[in-house]
Amino acid sequence: MTHARIVGGRHGKPDSLDAMTGVARFTDDLVLPRMLHAKILRSPHAHARIVRIDTTRAEMLQGVHAVVVGAEMPMRYGIIPWTPDEQALAADKVRYVGDAVAAVAAVSEEVATAACRLIDVEYEVLPALTTPEAALAHPETRIHEANRHGNVTKAVQLAFGDVEGQLQAADLVVEGHYQFHGSTHGMLEPHCAIGHVDGRGLLTVWSSTQVPHYLHRELSKVLGIPTHQIRVIQPLVGGAFGGKSEPFDLEFVVAKLAQKTGRPVKCLYTREEVFLAHRGRHPFDMHYRTGFTKDGKILAVDAKSVLDGGAYSSFGLVTTYYSGQLLGSPYAFQSYRFDSTRVYTNKPACGPKRGHGSVQPRFAIEVQLDKAARALGIDPIELRRRNFIGENSQTINEFHIGSSGFLECLTAVEEASGWKERHGKLPRGRGLGVAGSTYISGTNYCIYPTELPQSGVQICLDRSGRIRVFAGTSDIGQGSSTMLAVIAADELGVELDDVRVIAADSDLCPVDLGAYSSRITLMAGNACLNAARDLAGKVRDAVATKWGCTKREVLLAGRRAQRLDNPEVWMPIQEAFILAECAFGTMGATGSYQTPKEGVHGEYRGGTIGASPAYSFTAHIAEVSVDEETGEVTVEKVWCAHDCGKALSPVLVEGQIEGSCYMGAGETVMESHGVMASGLRTDGQRRDPGPGKEGLLAASSLLDYRMPTTLDTPELHAFIVEKPDPRGPHGAKEAGEGPLHSVIPAICNAIFDAVGVRIDALPVAPEKVLRALREARKS
Amino acid sequence: MLRLSPLHLHQPRDLAQAVALLAEHGPQARLIAGGTDVLPSLKLGQTQAGVLVSLRRVPELLGIDLQDGQLRIGAGTRLAEIATDADVLAHLPALAHAASRVASPQIRNMGTLGGNLCLDTRCRFINQSDLWREALGGCLKSHGSECHVVPGGQNCVAALSSDTAPVLIAYGATLELLGPQGTRELALVDLYGADGRHHVLLQPGEVLVAVRVPLPGPGTRVAYRKWAVRKSIDFPLVSVAVRLDVAAGRLTGGTLAAGALNPRPRVLDLAKWAGRAVDADLAAELGQFAFDRCRPLPNVPYDAEYRRERLAVEVRRAVLELGVIPS
Repeated sequence: MTHARIVGGRHGKPDSLDAMTGVARFTDDLVLPRMLHAKILRSPHAHARIVRIDTTRAEMLQGVHAVVVGAEMPMRYGIIPWTPDEQALAADKVRYVGDAVAAVAAVSEEVATAACRLIDVEYEVLPALTTPEAALAHPETRIHEANRHGNVTKAVQLAFGDVEGQLQAADLVVEGHYQFHGSTHGMLEPHCAIGHVDGRGLLTVWSSTQVPHYLHRELSKVLGIPTHQIRVIQPLVGGAFGGKSEPFDLEFVVAKLAQKTGRPVKCLYTREEVFLAHRGRHPFDMHYRTGFTKDGKILAVDAKSVLDGGAYSSFGLVTTYYSGQLLGSPYAFQSYRFDSTRVYTNKPACGPKRGHGSVQPRFAIEVQLDKAARALGIDPIELRRRNFIGENSQTINEFHIGSSGFLECLTAVEEASGWKERHGKLPRGRGLGVAGSTYISGTNYCIYPTELPQSGVQICLDRSGRIRVFAGTSDIGQGSSTMLAVIAADELGVELDDVRVIAADSDLCPVDLGAYSSRITLMAGNACLNAARDLAGKVRDAVATKWGCTKREVLLAGRRAQRLDNPEVWMPIQEAFILAECAFGTMGATGSYQTPKEGVHGEYRGGTIGASPAYSFTAHIAEVSVDEETGEVTVEKVWCAHDCGKALSPVLVEGQIEGSCYMGAGETVMESHGVMASGLRTDGQRRDPGPGKEGLLAASSLLDYRMPTTLDTPELHAFIVEKPDPRGPHGAKEAGEGPLHSVIPAICNAIFDAVGVRIDALPVAPEKVLRALREARKS
Repeated sequence: MLRLSPLHLHQPRDLAQAVALLAEHGPQARLIAGGTDVLPSLKLGQTQAGVLVSLRRVPELLGIDLQDGQLRIGAGTRLAEIATDADVLAHLPALAHAASRVASPQIRNMGTLGGNLCLDTRCRFINQSDLWREALGGCLKSHGSECHVVPGGQNCVAALSSDTAPVLIAYGATLELLGPQGTRELALVDLYGADGRHHVLLQPGEVLVAVRVPLPGPGTRVAYRKWAVRKSIDFPLVSVAVRLDVAAGRLTGGTLAAGALNPRPRVLDLAKWAGRAVDADLAAELGQFAFDRCRPLPNVPYDAEYRRERLAVEVRRAVLELGVIPS
């Protein structure tokens, strides 16, 4: 008898029914005895010095247990250890409308809210710089006094090869100016945290975070408590998309207020606070020059980008590198240069959103390629094929590319969309566009310098026939706990339901760095596989002894141990586990994963940032219709093929592909996160009368921040391409972020196919399309 | 999360009790039906009320009745019911369509026709949190003295965002009102005033009981067109109802009612086109007419110039949609 492998099977998530039926417990569902509720007072000014804070009136309000201000937690922190520029609560200055100033713990949210209104803050208002242009033009108005370079938070210039020479030699130089607007994550669950100090002084923080380990470290640093006296637990998270990948004010606030009151304290963000916390996609202003031969080969890419960073660094150092470093594949460049500058502005801080730092440049380069294909008379898919960098190759910035199914991705969407018959031949108003991309499966280096493993997993076998997997991994809905269960169940011969995954509890689980950079499947997956193989070997050993055969002749599958050559000889897996426990004692094993350090990246300064053990590849084709009378663009269909190496859970991979396409399409045609003075009009030509005050969000609710509804969602077609990478568990690479990138330029290229105009400044709003159509008619 | 301030909720069992409660509590009392507009507004501190008088258990407000050549729709009738009611679909199809375009299914299941007609005005400077409005320094409608839409303006120009008001005005609807002084009738078009702070011109203590719509004659057709960025959820950014009265292929009269512009709908008489053949030229002319006579303000959250252009397109398409014109 044969058993279907768990790996690659069409299973769902074992825990999805709980979420669907409302049984699942998110952080806000947790209620502790005597728990208090916290609210945070936020700045009404975009830029101001705090002259004085008086909390007397708030403290006197009945029901208030404690008030905390910035001076009590002055230690600066930041997710990137080199750029600690945040405080839990602003002690000296506020830098955007919404910056946290003080917090109250009270018997209810209502009392805490009322108490916040009784805190008297005297501000000295400073000039607000809400655009990168203004921030660069006014270095004397420093948003961060300690910053060495005016309002520039990070500048990176890297050059590879003779860019100017190759541009001179090129048959065609395409020059373009692209603007990528800001967008935010829009996760369902608002941030929430609970702090509690027990009788021994152990601080426990439950938080809706995607980086419990980094939160653990920063809590220790800011509160001055050693990490062994802090326990961080991440309950079920209702979505994050990068928006919960660093510590936030509320986590420090609940911890500090729990210390001060001796009672558990919860803080739940309002939806507006989620928009203020932000850390979403940076607005980019990009100038690109790309040189081509007449055959369409890329000779040179010259990219200059300004990143609008908002009030704090967040991941900005990495974002600035990623804006250039992740462009080196899937196409081979003969020469390459990028110059990226991230600037502080008095707005909510930008950070990582699904496809961190590389979605914006991908938009620019893929439209550049489309323009070149048109100019050279080469089919846009063919032009991409000609430039494919190849498997087991090296990018011009010295990243090692392992497996790559990019060509297969292109072919999959080309065939599914009927590209050959339809591209360029649809009636006016309807069009097809293509684009391709790549992404990392985790970053080669931890955020802080360390030789420690990136991921650890511990597995225990139970004499009941169950398996327990302990991992620091952060399941934010992407299914990382399912992934661990799949690998463990597959190796140890049980069903998915027999595996209990206990994740993201710092007291119970080995460290994993968190859910960012699409790292968990490759890294924690490898760690899990190592531990599971260790245990499976022992189980097979014990069974082999009983049967008098060799270990190699014992197969674990389908809740059985059986003879490989004779399926009639078998025993229930529980019996096999008991034999193993009798033979070896309590059954447990650990596995860990550390990234390879040789032949992965270049040795130049910055060469490690963006380097990954393995890269995913994606191709998109979008079909749009354009109403030439209203300028409205409808994304009708999207075909997306994604090379994830090996789909451990194909249903989940398809879900990631569809979700990515949805998210990317939304930020292409609808969503915009920005402040009112500049956020409503992104063309810079006309401006609605704005308010007298600067730095107010144009959209800080789910009504005004327009994410597509079901009715606005295109028809989505997901295709899985599998080019196993030797570095991934079972060959697996990432699938959570890559499939977002190229949907955006594919839509823009489809608009050109439909009506012959280019919208190079996102989002694709109807008024921009109308204007472009008018200009096209004039000329 | 956002919390409601403490308030008293009254749940009268009939209309007389409801009117009495309003009289008893005066200006601090507010009516609430489905709650889809009032509750978010209270939570965000955009309006205040110490007392809510719920209309949910008032039976006189329910029902759709065909009588005496008119359709009488109780103000408490849910929008979802109006969108699917056989009589409404047969006689007032544009109203059914407008009701089906309000917000989302969940909101239509709760929201009522009376609530949609009495919807509070909306503006990007008002429909914000306490923090946001404090940061702005308030506005005419919100603890301030300045209008940010029309600098120097004395009236609040927040927009009426009801989907059903323009179409009911085009149908010539009248309202049945009950107040402390008894009942009265009011043309729907006269319900609305020019100041977005108190644009619903009900007398203190008055309750909207029902909407009466005369059944359109055979030559009368009404179309409603709404534009918002998304196909669901959103309030209208452009909203227009067009009524054409046609006899023997010629226009005898008509009305254009545009919402989402000001606190009251912009109502334009189309009588000057009487005698004209209803053709594509007329559609284009009426589109241009709407463009010339309607000036969207930067009150609701979308570019005002685009909304003006879009209104012209929607008017033209409304005329084409009425089906009397070969397009």
